[in-house]
Formats: sequence, structure tokens, C-alpha cells
Amino acid sequence: MFQKVLTSAVFAGFGAGLLAALLQFTFVQPVLLRAELFESGALMHFGADGTPVPELTFTVDARRDGLSILFTALIYTGYAMVLSAAMAFAARRGHAINLRSGLLWGIAGFVAVQLAPAFSLPPELPGSAAAEVGARQVWWSATIVATAVALGLIAFGRNWIAILIAAALTLAPHLVGAPHTADYIGPVPPELAGLFAARALGVGLMAWSILGALIGLIWSREAEP
Amino acid sequence: MTTQALGQTDTRTLGQSARSEIAAIFAVALIGLGIVFVAGHAQASALHDAAHDVRHATGFPCH
Repeated sequence: MFQKVLTSAVFAGFGAGLLAALLQFTFVQPVLLRAELFESGALMHFGADGTPVPELTFTVDARRDGLSILFTALIYTGYAMVLSAAMAFAARRGHAINLRSGLLWGIAGFVAVQLAPAFSLPPELPGSAAAEVGARQVWWSATIVATAVALGLIAFGRNWIAILIAAALTLAPHLVGAPHTADYIGPVPPELAGLFAARALGVGLMAWSILGALIGLIWSREAEP
Repeated sequence: MTTQALGQTDTRTLGQSARSEIAAIFAVALIGLGIVFVAGHAQASALHDAAHDVRHATGFPCH
């Protein structure tokens, strides 16, 4: 089983990571690059006249884009190792692992790792005002752990108490509240910020779905040694 | 007698291999977590700059 965990994690993680990078370049990066023009002060959007949407010329920054591809593949391989390990424990308890169940695992991973923290700490466009990074990282990590445990209780719990605990764990981080700034001081247009958050979450859902399905597929194809 | 002794040994070996398999699976999860935290959270400036776009695009707290 260890062999299955490692093989499915590495191949699915790297594959899903490369696809995630492609999706990010297509749908997220253009929003991010426009936002940087406001973050750097090259453009300002305050004022009655508005600011024309800046045209982007298609350029490839080999170093920046190469590092982005590398780190996306790396992060998704990390996600895959955690996800396939969790799936292994389910498999040990007799749950089938295949493309279909893998897809559900992937979607659950997206909910825990991207959607849940984004509910109170939306994906940040460069230039967004935000509280101190350490505090946000702690809240972000705790929210993911709480949501992942909640999803586990919903999926594998045997009674209504498990569901109640799951509901409490899901809501608690948001009732406590994420660290936020005292003022709204972001220099970036809300049109860009909204689009960025939606795109980041959408690409996340696609990539996590692919990730889970790939782990399930590779897992079910790999023979038990 | 002999059969019983053999049976016990088998069970023990099985218990050990199951335990080492669980440990191995945990190790994979821990390495995965380590990768995610270094790539997503470490604030060393070279690492931050290299992973900057990915952190924003995948919803990590960045700056």
C-alpha cells in the first residue's frame, strides 16, 4: 500500500500541478499582472473619472513563469501526498479507491484547503490590504485542519453527534474571525479583486478535482505488490 | 502446540508490518505537509519571491 500511496501521490500531484499552472497562467495571472500595476502605483483608480482597463501584452518572463510552474507542481505534489495518505487510511478500512471516489476526495480537499479559508480570508490580490502575515497563516492553517476534520466526520462518522461536531468545527474559525486590517486601504480596483478571488477558487476546484481523480485512477491501476 | 506457536508468530509479524505500513503512510503525509509549508508559508525572501505568484493564485496568505 505504501507503494501505491507514493506512486499515486507523486504522479497525480505533478500532473495536476502542471495543469493547475496552465490554468493559472490562462485565468489568474492576467488579473494578477493588472493588479500589480495598481500595487506598484503605476496606475491609480481613485477619482471620479475611473481608469481604463490596462492592456496586457503577452510576454513570457522565463524566470518568473518557470518558478511559478515549479512551485505549483511542488505545492500540488505536497497536497497529493497528504491526500493520498488520507485515502490510504480509508482504503485500510475497506473503502474503495478509484477515479470516482478520488474525485470526491479531491473536491473535499478543495473545500478544506481553499474554499474554507477563503470564506473569511479571500484569495488576496497583490496590493490588497491585509493583517500581519504570521497571524493570517496561523488562522489559515487552523481553519484547514478544522474543516478537514469536519469533512472526515461527515464522511465517516456514524451518528448525528459526529455531524454536530462537524458543523461546529466548520463554523468555529469564521465565528472567531480571521485577522483583518482596521482600515480599508487597498489601492486595487474592486472589479479586479472580485474577479481574482473567483478565478483563484475556480482554478483551485478544477485542479483539486483533477488531483483527486488522478490519485484514484493511478491507485486503482497500480497492482498490489 | 507447534501450530499455535506458529500462529502467534504470524500474528505478531502481521501486526508489525501493519504498524510499519501506517508509519510509512504517515511519513508521506508529513513530507507532503512539509513541502506545502515551505513552498507556501516560509517567509525567507528568496523563497517568497520565487513562490509569490503561486501563493497568491492558490489563496495562501502571502505578504
